[in-house]
Amino acid sequence: MDAGLLLDLYRQMALCRRFEEAAAKAYTQGKIRGFLHLYIGQEAVAVGAISAAEPTDYIVATYREHAHYLARTGDARAAMAELYGRATGASGGRGGSMHLFDAGKRFLGGWAIVGGHVPIAAGVAFASKYREEKDVTLCFFGDGTANMGSFHEGLALAGLWKLPVVFICENNQYAMGTPLYRTMSVPDVAVRARGYPMEFEIVNGDDVLEMRDATRRALERARRTSQPFFIEAKTYRFRGHSMADPAKYRSREEVQKWMERDPIQVLGQRIQTLGIANAEQLRALDDEVKAQAADAVEFAEQSPLPAPESVGEHVYA
Amino acid sequence: MPEIRVITFREALREAMVEEMERDSSIFLMGEEVGHYQGAYKVSEGMLARFGEKRVIDTPIAETGFAGVGIGAAMVGLRPIIEFMTWNFSLTAYDQLVNNAAKLRYMSNGQFKMPIVFRGPGGAAHALAAQHSQALESLYAHVPGLKVIMPATPADAKGLLKASIRDDNPVVFIESEVMYALKGEVPAVEHVVPLGVAEVKRPGRDVTVVTWAKMLHTSLKAAENLARDGIEVEVLDLRTIRPLDSEAIVASVRRTGRCLVVQEGWPFASVASEVITLVVREAFDQLDAPPEAVTSLDVPMPYATNLETFVLPSPERVVSAVRRLLGLEEAPTRPAVAGGAR
Ligand SMILES: Cc1ncc(C[n+]2csc(CCOP(=O)(O)OP(=O)(O)O)c2C)c(N)n1
Ligand SMILES: [Mg+2]
Repeated sequence: MDAGLLLDLYRQMALCRRFEEAAAKAYTQGKIRGFLHLYIGQEAVAVGAISAAEPTDYIVATYREHAHYLARTGDARAAMAELYGRATGASGGRGGSMHLFDAGKRFLGGWAIVGGHVPIAAGVAFASKYREEKDVTLCFFGDGTANMGSFHEGLALAGLWKLPVVFICENNQYAMGTPLYRTMSVPDVAVRARGYPMEFEIVNGDDVLEMRDATRRALERARRTSQPFFIEAKTYRFRGHSMADPAKYRSREEVQKWMERDPIQVLGQRIQTLGIANAEQLRALDDEVKAQAADAVEFAEQSPLPAPESVGEHVYA
Repeated sequence: MPEIRVITFREALREAMVEEMERDSSIFLMGEEVGHYQGAYKVSEGMLARFGEKRVIDTPIAETGFAGVGIGAAMVGLRPIIEFMTWNFSLTAYDQLVNNAAKLRYMSNGQFKMPIVFRGPGGAAHALAAQHSQALESLYAHVPGLKVIMPATPADAKGLLKASIRDDNPVVFIESEVMYALKGEVPAVEHVVPLGVAEVKRPGRDVTVVTWAKMLHTSLKAAENLARDGIEVEVLDLRTIRPLDSEAIVASVRRTGRCLVVQEGWPFASVASEVITLVVREAFDQLDAPPEAVTSLDVPMPYATNLETFVLPSPERVVSAVRRLLGLEEAPTRPAVAGGAR
């Protein structure tokens, strides 16, 4: 086992967690507004997958994308400033939590109409293939998305035209307040990939190494053969759908059961068992990312608001 | 003595659905989170318990699908109420509404009715950014075959929704997240408000303000402020966007000689443009000033609250526009901004 890698994955997941805890606190203080969708509990999916990608591979994500943005850019300041609606934010305060973008780092959003970004990811992969470049596109979306027409159309085109895109379904068991079993006629989302046709793999999304390995295989295959691939990551969100949702539709027992699979705890245990670091060293790592999150809040709070006169800029190029 | 009853906009909508569903078993409610979750904005709270899963139906996230299912069911005699969690998401089903629901009756030479209501909240709430803050009534009002309804008070919400459910045409019924908690008097007895009839919500002699939905409240606030300076604004609430109550608009403008339209949506090719065209055409000789519109700035909605506030119409902008119509102020009604917005 690569000790450095494990510690880095741990640090990245802990940063996502601490970042979102800080954001949630700011939200309850009224400093962040709008919708705030937390990824707490699901960190291993984004961190594991994106750690397997080349920095030149593209990433397309949903409105629940803080972790993906952090895993790609590491820029907690720009992310927090965006949540605060500041000029220094990832999208200049125009996008907010749901619309983080970083064109330079090939982080392509941040999309909030369910399913709409799935064909867009196929289009990005189309461009790579068109230009005979070897980059692959990673497309993240939820379980509930698999009922949208745009999801199916995106997969159909990616399958038909053999586009180098890896679809990653973050199956956190719920679409808002609705458990998957009430809206899907099959228990595994991944089987839907079959007809397009597309190979798939179902993985434990709470195991960052499993997530990373599966994504690495899928990326390698997509790069080599220009074939799409479908990964379904089984995971769970520990919080409500957004800050506005008390999540009363889930039993305490159910949440408790999944929290035992807390991806950060699981990796922390493994790191200790392997003798890579002890509890104290992990705590120090955690303190580091807590400080990074606090610094991001400080940065956001001291950043200027976007200028009202600028509001008409960027409607058109 | 009729009982005076104060309920919320949300409760008024629910009452309308419940009463109609009690009356007619062919009516059902379908949409995301309408049942077990009790509605994303709790409009349908308690309705699953009352009517069961047969008539209060949770759907997957599949707007094209369930809008189409509603249209098919309506073709053969059911009377669906289809809830869009918000109207932003209806755009993924725009094809079903525009190409199918709006066209069926005409292209079949009147062989079919299309008794279906599509309802849910539209417009900006707070800091929800570009994809979640759109006032889309102009898009739907453009389409012959659709009716477009936008209530602004609990009483109108109830009465218009009941009329919409009873109507044999596809109805686009647009509510507002920020109005769901609004309280107002609603008759305890049967209350139906006919479609296509505007209402003067505040009489006045100096300027006609034509508005609807959330902007009614912005306009009324402005009217109150203006009244302190002795300016009497007549506030006309359209309630129905299509069919437009042209008579009520023209009659009021002929009386006041001045017209301001206040709408939340974008200015270009909008309901405001339509109202102004009407006024110029039908009341030209009585106009004492060119008609004006206060609208959102012509940009996608930015997230940052300070920008959002800047983009949306405000009572201050309405006051300023009215004063300008009266020749009392020179200030432009739309702030100058750089870039594409003018
Ligand atoms: C087309 C559309 N319909 C409805 C919504 C409202 N909505 C936002 S997120 C969501 C649930 C999505 O669930 P899932 O795809 O499982 O992703 P998760 O939130 O669990 O990550 C819904 C219904 C939307 N944004 N877009
Ligand atoms: Mg989900």
